[in-house]
Amino acid sequence: MQFDQILQYTLSGLSTGAIYALIGIGFSIIYNATGIINFAQGEFVMLGGLFTLSCLEFLKLPLWAAIPCAITASTVVGILFERLAIRPLRQPTPINLVIITIGGSILIRGLAMLVWGKDTHSVTPFSGDTPIAIGGATILPQHLWILAITLIIIIINKLYFYHTISGKAMRACSYNRRAAGLVGIDVRRMVLFSFIISSAMGAVAGIIIAPLTMTAYDVGVMLGLKGFCAAIIGGMSSGLSTVIGGLILGVLESLGAGLISSGYKDAIAFIILLLILFIRPQGLFGKSDSERV
Amino acid sequence: MNIKVMNVIIALVTLLLSTNVFAAAPIKIGALFAVTGPAAFLGEPERNSAEMVVNEINRAGGVKGHKLELVVYDTTGDATKAVQLATKLIKDDKVVAIIGPSTTGETMAVIPVAEKGKVPLISCSAGSKITDPVKNWIFKTAQNDSLAVGRIYEYLQKTKQTKVSILTVSDGFGASGREQLKSQAAKYGITIVSDDTYGPKDTDMTAQLTKIRGSHSQAIICWGTNPGPALVAKNVRQLGIKTPLFMSHGVSSKKFIELAGDAAEGVKLPSGKVVVADLLSGSDKQKKSLLAFVKDYQKHYNTEGDHFGGHAWDAVMLIRNAVDNGAGSAAAIRDQLEKTRGFAGIGGTFNYSTTDHAGLGKDAFVLVEVKNKDWVLVK
Repeated sequence: MQFDQILQYTLSGLSTGAIYALIGIGFSIIYNATGIINFAQGEFVMLGGLFTLSCLEFLKLPLWAAIPCAITASTVVGILFERLAIRPLRQPTPINLVIITIGGSILIRGLAMLVWGKDTHSVTPFSGDTPIAIGGATILPQHLWILAITLIIIIINKLYFYHTISGKAMRACSYNRRAAGLVGIDVRRMVLFSFIISSAMGAVAGIIIAPLTMTAYDVGVMLGLKGFCAAIIGGMSSGLSTVIGGLILGVLESLGAGLISSGYKDAIAFIILLLILFIRPQGLFGKSDSERV
Repeated sequence: MNIKVMNVIIALVTLLLSTNVFAAAPIKIGALFAVTGPAAFLGEPERNSAEMVVNEINRAGGVKGHKLELVVYDTTGDATKAVQLATKLIKDDKVVAIIGPSTTGETMAVIPVAEKGKVPLISCSAGSKITDPVKNWIFKTAQNDSLAVGRIYEYLQKTKQTKVSILTVSDGFGASGREQLKSQAAKYGITIVSDDTYGPKDTDMTAQLTKIRGSHSQAIICWGTNPGPALVAKNVRQLGIKTPLFMSHGVSSKKFIELAGDAAEGVKLPSGKVVVADLLSGSDKQKKSLLAFVKDYQKHYNTEGDHFGGHAWDAVMLIRNAVDNGAGSAAAIRDQLEKTRGFAGIGGTFNYSTTDHAGLGKDAFVLVEVKNKDWVLVK
């Protein structure tokens, strides 16, 4: 096994892993604020890509304007979803909420199918598609965009949660909702915020991978599940451990496909998920009662 | 007698009279297509083409004075549903022939229903096991995978590229292609040096392709339907692999070129003649049908007709010809279908016989290459 092959597997894995990480963080933010797993998270990834496509092709916007538009549109869907499906629930038990998010994801996917059709669409890369050689391996400029944007988002995320009032309030909700409510934090508002942040992040993930993987109404399902795996490996933290979880998952998948057999690529992700859930339910890096934000 | 009762009587009388007006009863044809669901890329053009050609036949006065009536049901690509709907077509709608289903899995499930109901079925799916062995009531219009594989291998043999890597999608289409690629290799003196698969929803195939790059093959054959092969083409370009890339007939539509962009340049694939209709020589028997089909489809649906739609077009035309030759009942249509010789349709030139219900030869496929975002014929 040559070195450049291993290098290629690792680089490919890191860039897919970065996407899993972004989606995974979206899962954890909502989980921490509301205690539910939002299985509609993958649909925001799909919406991000498809809204960008519409902005570029129908509104004829340049790329720098299309991206904020697409993020805003997906975030509006996120807000509507929280307002119409999550908030009206009288007695929100976790299982009810989880089932609602699954229903919501099916609805969003169905509507997207009607709006954008069943075809796969391609989106032009941000800055060309001339491969860049690193050692014996090659990556595309888009991979660099993915890694850079993921990094920036993680930094902003950290700053928000630790250095702003509303970020701190959200952390307070995740530790103890009741206590947070008693000290005057509007818990429901924080839940809405968590949906806004995670739908925007999902949309960003969808936008930056669309040029590489193309996009269609049904891309959200698999990406959502992989993001969920990343969040589980990271112990549902919205910080660095989910990022590392995503990267580990991406690299293992890629190495598994290259070195063992490509047929087992998805199996690897789900075997890891099950192992973590059985052996270390608090995540790979968590102490048994860990800080979750 | 009040006015309401009068109205009812008048309505009934009109109804009775009106049935007398259409003395020649319409000929009912059933159709099962996966219009929605994962196989919608097959079912949708199939339904569109079938409806288009039936309307055209009726506008021209039908067949021997009979109008054709098409009853279309959507199977959503689900074999269980296909079986239920096939039963419904035979028992309730009393159709004389069935077109479809769109996928091999559904067709295999429906075959016993059609055989038992004694209704001829013309499948639009490609699997060779549908008509091998020959079943009395079952025909098909889609070209066998084995013909497509043969076309690629013939070219490789001619250009002395004997070591190939295969990369197939892990679904029914890919599995069938993989089987054919492996079983026919020896016949053409070809060795498969690397055999990989990818999932239909995978978003990155660089791992498999890196492995293939290390295997020093002389050609890569990728077997799948959109969007996977477009990603493979892009990944091949990203990795700087110079090995010639071959695809299956599953991507022979403009959509592939659109998705893969520049990465599609130089990709070769076997295709039904429909995508290169205007490039064919004037002596080609199919050219007239092909050009008519492409032009009509463009006019009705404002998009390019593909060979999937062509399978349904062929099926309707085969039934039309059978009726034209005097068949009216299900059994007579079956017998006439079997006598079809030299019908130049979209998929190829059909020659059905008692021993061959697939009806196509190797000339059904041409090898095409992508050049400047369009297809050109490979000589």
